[in-house]
This record gives sequence, structure tokens and C-alpha cells, in this order.
Amino acid sequence: MAHDTAHAMHPPTATGLDTRKLAIWTFIGSECLFFATLISNYLVYKGQSLVGPLPHETSQCMLHGQMATCEPIFEIPLVTFGTAVLLFSSFFVVLALNGAQKGNRKQLIGWLSATVLCGLFFVGMQVYEFYHFFHKGLGYTTNLFGSSFYTLTGFHGTHVTLGVIWLATVLVLAIRGKLPPEKALNLEIAALYWHFVDVVWIVIFPVVYLMR
Amino acid sequence: MSTIAMGHAGTEAAPAEKKGLWSWITTVDHKRIGILYGVTAFLFFLIGGLEALLIRWQLGAPDKTFLSPEAYNQLFTMHGTTMIFLGVMPLSAMFFNYFIPLQIGARDVAFPRLNAYSYWVFLFGGLVLNASFLFNAAPDMGWFAYANLTSKQFSPGLNVDFWIIGLQILGIASLAAAVNFFVTIINLRAPGMKMMRMPMFVWMSLITQVLLLLAFPIITVALVLLMLDRNFGTHFFVPSGGGDPVLWQHLFWLFGHPEVYILILPAFGVVSEILPVFSRKPLFGYAAMVFSGCFIAFLGFGVWSHHMFSTGMGPMADTVFSLGTMLIAIPTGVKIFNWIGTVWGGSIQYKTPMYFALGFVAMFIIGGLSGVMHASPPADLQQTDSYFIVAHFHYVLFGGSIFALTAGAYYWFPKMTGRMLSESLGKVHFWLMFLGFNLTFAPMHILGLNGMPRRVYTYSAGMGFEFWNAIETAGSLVLGFSFLVFIWNILRSLKAGEVAPADPWHGATLEWSIPSPPQEWNFAVEPTVDGRDPLWEERRAKGGTLPEPERVSGAGIHLPSPSYWPIVTAFGTAMTLVGFLMHVTLWVILAGLAITMLGIFSWAFEPADH
Amino acid sequence: MDAQVATHEHAHPGPALYLKVAVILFVMTALEVLAFEVSHRSGWPMHGLVQPLLNEILIILSAAKFALVAMFYMHLKQDSKIFSGLLVFPLIIAAVVILALLLLFAYLRAQHPGM
Repeated sequence: MAHDTAHAMHPPTATGLDTRKLAIWTFIGSECLFFATLISNYLVYKGQSLVGPLPHETSQCMLHGQMATCEPIFEIPLVTFGTAVLLFSSFFVVLALNGAQKGNRKQLIGWLSATVLCGLFFVGMQVYEFYHFFHKGLGYTTNLFGSSFYTLTGFHGTHVTLGVIWLATVLVLAIRGKLPPEKALNLEIAALYWHFVDVVWIVIFPVVYLMR
Repeated sequence: MSTIAMGHAGTEAAPAEKKGLWSWITTVDHKRIGILYGVTAFLFFLIGGLEALLIRWQLGAPDKTFLSPEAYNQLFTMHGTTMIFLGVMPLSAMFFNYFIPLQIGARDVAFPRLNAYSYWVFLFGGLVLNASFLFNAAPDMGWFAYANLTSKQFSPGLNVDFWIIGLQILGIASLAAAVNFFVTIINLRAPGMKMMRMPMFVWMSLITQVLLLLAFPIITVALVLLMLDRNFGTHFFVPSGGGDPVLWQHLFWLFGHPEVYILILPAFGVVSEILPVFSRKPLFGYAAMVFSGCFIAFLGFGVWSHHMFSTGMGPMADTVFSLGTMLIAIPTGVKIFNWIGTVWGGSIQYKTPMYFALGFVAMFIIGGLSGVMHASPPADLQQTDSYFIVAHFHYVLFGGSIFALTAGAYYWFPKMTGRMLSESLGKVHFWLMFLGFNLTFAPMHILGLNGMPRRVYTYSAGMGFEFWNAIETAGSLVLGFSFLVFIWNILRSLKAGEVAPADPWHGATLEWSIPSPPQEWNFAVEPTVDGRDPLWEERRAKGGTLPEPERVSGAGIHLPSPSYWPIVTAFGTAMTLVGFLMHVTLWVILAGLAITMLGIFSWAFEPADH
Repeated sequence: MDAQVATHEHAHPGPALYLKVAVILFVMTALEVLAFEVSHRSGWPMHGLVQPLLNEILIILSAAKFALVAMFYMHLKQDSKIFSGLLVFPLIIAAVVILALLLLFAYLRAQHPGM
């Protein structure tokens, strides 16, 4: 994050693009394949579970040591709310970036705080969801659905958590007045990562929760 | 002027000569990191070679008991894993580190500290993988670790876990380095060096980085799933829980096939540098070389299942993957044609690097042709898991990658050390290596077609395998000896080799325009480029010779400060992952994460703003 | 590639546009969930139409949302084409990987029922 070239005098790169911004885009490109593999794993095993519980259907499953009928696992209203919160956090962080670039501290700090809170809320939603699903009978190793679901959404959640830590760090810088307009790039890069985490969820939400 | 994109604290005074162990631990100089990669990788390469010699000794005669079956399994697994991840890849990384910035006219890579981090993570990963020997638990399921050999049921020991964790650590090193080199090549080219003016080594390196970026995340996930299966009770690859072992094969080869090109494309680049210089002719068909490289990489993502014909994918899938595989022969053929076209009619200088480069072209053609043979599923069903396959991939990986990397070592050694290697010892090395290599691997074609399976620790007398196996073992000893000659040549030259001028070979690319070895800042004045072979054009313009570049004081040149945070962060990264070696060792993971976070934050806020 | 001028100096579009995008994203998410609900309740209007097309509808909406965030929030619309390439090329490979694996396993399971 420490960076000694002011915004006004860009390092004379061959493309004219900022080197760190190019790096985060390169990293994002690489991450696409990371999530593609996790999603493949989920989809290949969709419908291959030997016992319940299942995402959308009632099924036979083991509950408290005996066979029982399990309700469908997914609670669409809850996850829809979490999805909306994550979407809005993407909106908030562009507003924060806009503030940072204009030197509007209030706009920067306000919207960035909102972003961090949204991120925390999403992680909280996921923790609650996992806890809830567990009590409905879906353990990590119960069936292939459980294993692949928790692995995919768990890795996404880890990315959200890292994003929250990153944005919170930038927020602390902003509050201390160390994010003047010429250093707005420090936020822009974190924001790019944050949007990426959001678009991954834009894929996961319908593919995992809604599709047949 | 400043070519360092990530400018860090610079010093106005002339930088003092840096010496001592601490200076190596904290270095962020791409040239020193390149040397670290080279030395480390060469040591791992020798370990891998020793493993190969033990394997060959065991197979030298029928019914030998020199190695137990268990030890044999560990040795062939570690030989493959070591040569690929700790030998060829980091030897390529040595050249990426040292020569990408020099060839594009930059002061360093885009992120010098990240570069140091990559090296240290690589070192720790290699150490973790090899530490398995200390626990008598070296990986023993083959380098592609097919499920369900790897399940807890069939591999209860730590062997597979060491492999998973070791590779996971090495993957982080590769990914960090790939981001760095990709950005370096795109963004730090000297003025005038358009993409289509870049040296071919830089082009092939760029394509390699793209492959690394796209292929390594896949194996990362596959390794995570395997770890979860083994230690956390999931059934991704375990049929009793509904899992499918074939998914492992798909994920592994989705990574593994691009990995093959990760191993060979840098070699293509090295040879494409050497052939023109020693033929005194520009590279033939530059644009075709670039595009065929891109095409090979792109197709490389669509052919992985040709490693899996014997799983019975059905006629449709077999056909698609077979055709795709045969298609790759076209751009590869274009490359071979262009190398021959480069040498054709040239004023050939028979120096050692040229010997190895020409050896590469010849051996790689043989390996490529046998590759096209098992692109056909019916042929593959006969050849798979036999010594024919072993022969094939050693012709492309040893006859291809290692010959080319050795050529690169002879070519660039004077630049890296300021000393020439002995030509006569170099030629002895070449002929011994060429002879030993062919004696070792050519007979494997015959043995394979005669039915000798790979990965068996011995065979009975009277099966008709004795003669060629004895020849192979003799050949492997010659091959091993050739590397002793190489080591002797290096040590001799470092001590008393002829002092190398800046441009001993009349090279065409920018690294030959600066003193040997280069000064810390590479270029005292940022070069400007207006052609593909800048030095040749300059020499032509100035009437044949260029003055020897002088060493300058370097006062006022900004350089990134040394830092110990990369090694700290790398240690934390490796430690975190080692915490997953035996299920969950919570304190190791937490301590590792704490060190990593400390490292990242200290690194990010290191006082670089003056 | 060298001819690319530093394009990220352009003024970023303002909050008004960002808000518009946010509203569209929200509506599309609502449509996704609506399509899901309609396809699961046989009495609801358009059930017969939506039910067989649910996956297609979801893929289109999700792709559109993805594109909106990438173009406007990640500024790909006015930023350098290199950045777009760094996202789109891996996405193509990723899509091919997912599709290929699904096809391969569907084909395998069709050939060997019970696997």
C-alpha cells in the first residue's frame, strides 16, 4: 500500500496503466478459475447425494441417529436478503471511491463504513445459515451436497472476510486522513477485489440456491 | 527517470556493494533472486536425479532386491514431483527472474518484494515436501496421485498429506510469481519495445505466466478437496459416499496438461534466443512463433482428457480429445519448422549453447512424434501405463526442457557470473548427456511396446526385459556422470574461468548491452528500442563493433530497499499450511496466520515513502 | 497494446449512474427469486412458461448482473481494454471448464446408468 508516486505523476509504464491495478486484475482473472473449479465440483455432484437432506426436496436422512424425513435445506428469503446486502455494498464502495477521488472525506468515510458493515452482515448471515442448516441435519460430511455446498460457500465467505479486513484497513487509513485523492488508488484496488467477491456471489446465488 | 514501478526508499548516495548472508535473505534484487532460484532448483534437481539413479539401479537386472517395493514407490513419486515442481519449473523461474527484466530493459520486476516472497515460499515448499523422507513417509502414489490410491483407506500414512501440503505451498509461490512476471512484462517494457518487438524468450515466458495463472487455481482446489476427503471425512473422490474418483483425474489433468506447457514453453523461448544468435540470423517467422505459442497454450486447456482415455469416457469424448490433441501438433510443427528455418543457411557458430539447442530440437521432435502416437485412443490403450509413455515424456521433458535449460545455462552463465564456461568441458558434457540420455530413454520405447509396465519395482527373468533394462541403467550412469562434468565446469569457471565481456556471443538482445555481471540497477540509462534485435541494429549502425560498456557509480539511481518481511510472510504462509498436515494443528495454523498477517501489514506499511 | 493511452484518467461516472445500476441489480435479483418462486408453485401465473425455462432465465439474469457490476462498478466500460481482457479470457476458460465437466459427467452417467 505504501506507494511513493503521486497520482499526478504516473510511473511511466509501457501501457500507461498503473502497475498495482494491473496486478489486481491479473489476480482476479486467476481467481475466476479457482471459483470455476469449486462450482464445477458442486454441479458435478448435484443430485448425486446418497442420503438427505437435499436443497429443495424433502428427503430421507439421518437425524439424531435415526432415519427421519428432512425438510428442504434452503431458506430463500434469508439468503436473498444477504445477497441484496452484498450487492448494495458494491454500490456503497463505488460511492466511497467517488468520495475519495473528489477528496470528499465525509462521503468516503461514510460509505466505506457502510460497505464494511454490509460485509460483516453478509459473513454473519452465512455463519447463521451454516448453523441453521447444521441443525436441520446437514453436516459437513452428511452427503455430497453438504460437502460441496459448504466448501464452495465457505471459500466465498473466506474471501468476503479477507475483503472486510482489507477494506477496514483502508477505512482506518481514511479516518486517519491518510487517503488523499492522489492515493485513492489504494481504495480502488481494494474495491476491485470487493466487486469481484460480489460478482462471484452473483453467480453462486442462482446456480446454488435457485437452479433446478 | 525511473523504471521501477514500485519505487521504494532509494538512496541518493552510490549504493554500497551488498555482501553476506543477511544481504541474500533480505534481497529484493531480481538477479540475486534468480541466482537463489537457480542454485536451489539445481540442488533439488540433483536430488531428483539421485532418486532416478536409485530407480534405475533397482531395474538394472531382474528380481533385484536393492529397493523394497515401498521405497521404490516413494522414489518414483518423489522423482516425478521433484523434477517437475522443484527442478524444471524453478529452473525456468531462474531465467524468468534474471532475464525478463534485462531483456525488456527494466530495472527490476514490478513487485520486487513479492518476488522475494515467491522464492522463499518455493524454498519452504520444497523443504516440506522433502521433509517427508525424515518421517519415512515420502509420497508413494505417483506424481498424479490418482484417487482412490490416495484415500485414507489405502494410504493411511502421512505420505499423501506431505504431497498435498508441499504442492499447495509451491502453488502459492508459482501464483505470486506469475502475477509478478505477467505485470512486469506488460508494464515495464522499455520505451519502444512493443509487444511484437519482445524477445521470444519474453513472449514464451508471458504465455507461461498466463498458463500458471489459469491452471494453478484448479490444482489448488483439487488438493483442498483431496485434503478434505482424507482428513475431514468428505467423499468427493470416495465412491462409498457417492463421490467419483474420475473427478480427481479430470481436475488433476485440467491442471496437469497446461502444466506440461508450463514446463516446455520457457524452453521454447530459450532455444528461440540461442538459435538466431549462433546462426547469425534473425529468428525465422517471429510472428508465427508468437501466435503458435499462444495457440498451443489455448489448446492446452482443451485436451486434458487425453491422459484419461483408459478410464472409458466413451467414443464421443475420446474423439473430441483425440482431435484436439492432434491439432496441437500443428503449432508445434510450426515452431520446429521455424527453428530449422532459423538455422538454415546461417553462419553457424558451433558453441556449447548451440550444441544443446540443436540437441533440444532433435530430441523434442522424437518426443513430439511419440506424443502424436498416443493422441489416438486405440494406440493409447496399448501404450498407457507402459514404458512407452515413460520414454515419451522423458523425450519432451528431458530431451526438451532440460536440454533447452542447459543450453540457456551455457548461454547466460557469462552474463550472470562474469566468467565464461569452458567450451571443451561443455562439449564433453553435451556428448555425454546426449549419449546417456538416448541410451537411457530410447530403449524404453521398445520395452513399453513389448509390454513392460511402468511403476513396477522389478520384473522376472525371462520376460525379455533384461537386455534393454541393463542398457538403460548403464545409460543413466553416463547421464549422471555428464552432470558431474557440468558441475566441475561451473566450479572451475567460477574460480578461474576466462573473464566474460559484456557480449561474448554477439547477442541481439538488451542483456548483452550491459556489463557482465550486470550492476544492481541493470541499466544506468533506460534503453530505447526500435527493433526486434536492438543490439544487432545498433552494431550495424555503428559499423560492426560496440564499445565495452563501462561500470558506473550508480549515484542517484533509486532502488528498492532490502526487506526481511518477504521471508517472514513466506514462513507464515508455509507454517499455516503445515498446520493442516495432520488434520488440524490449531496452534500452528493460528501462529502461521498471525505471522503472515504481521508480515503483510508490516510489508504494506514499510516506510517506503521516505 | 502500446498505443493504449492512460484511459483511467477519465472522470468516473457519478453517483447518479451508480444508483441506477444498483436499482437495476436489485430488480434483477428480485426477478431471479420471483422466477424461482413461480416455477415452484403450480398455481401461480406463468408457471407453465417459467418452470421449464428456470435455469435459462437464471443464467441470463445472472450474466447480466455480472456484466453490470463489471462494466460500471469495476469501471471496465471506460477503463483500458487490457483489464477487460484479463477478466473475459479467464471467464471463457472457466465457462468451458464448467461446461465440459458437466457434459463429460452427464455423458458418462448416461452410458453407465447407476454410476
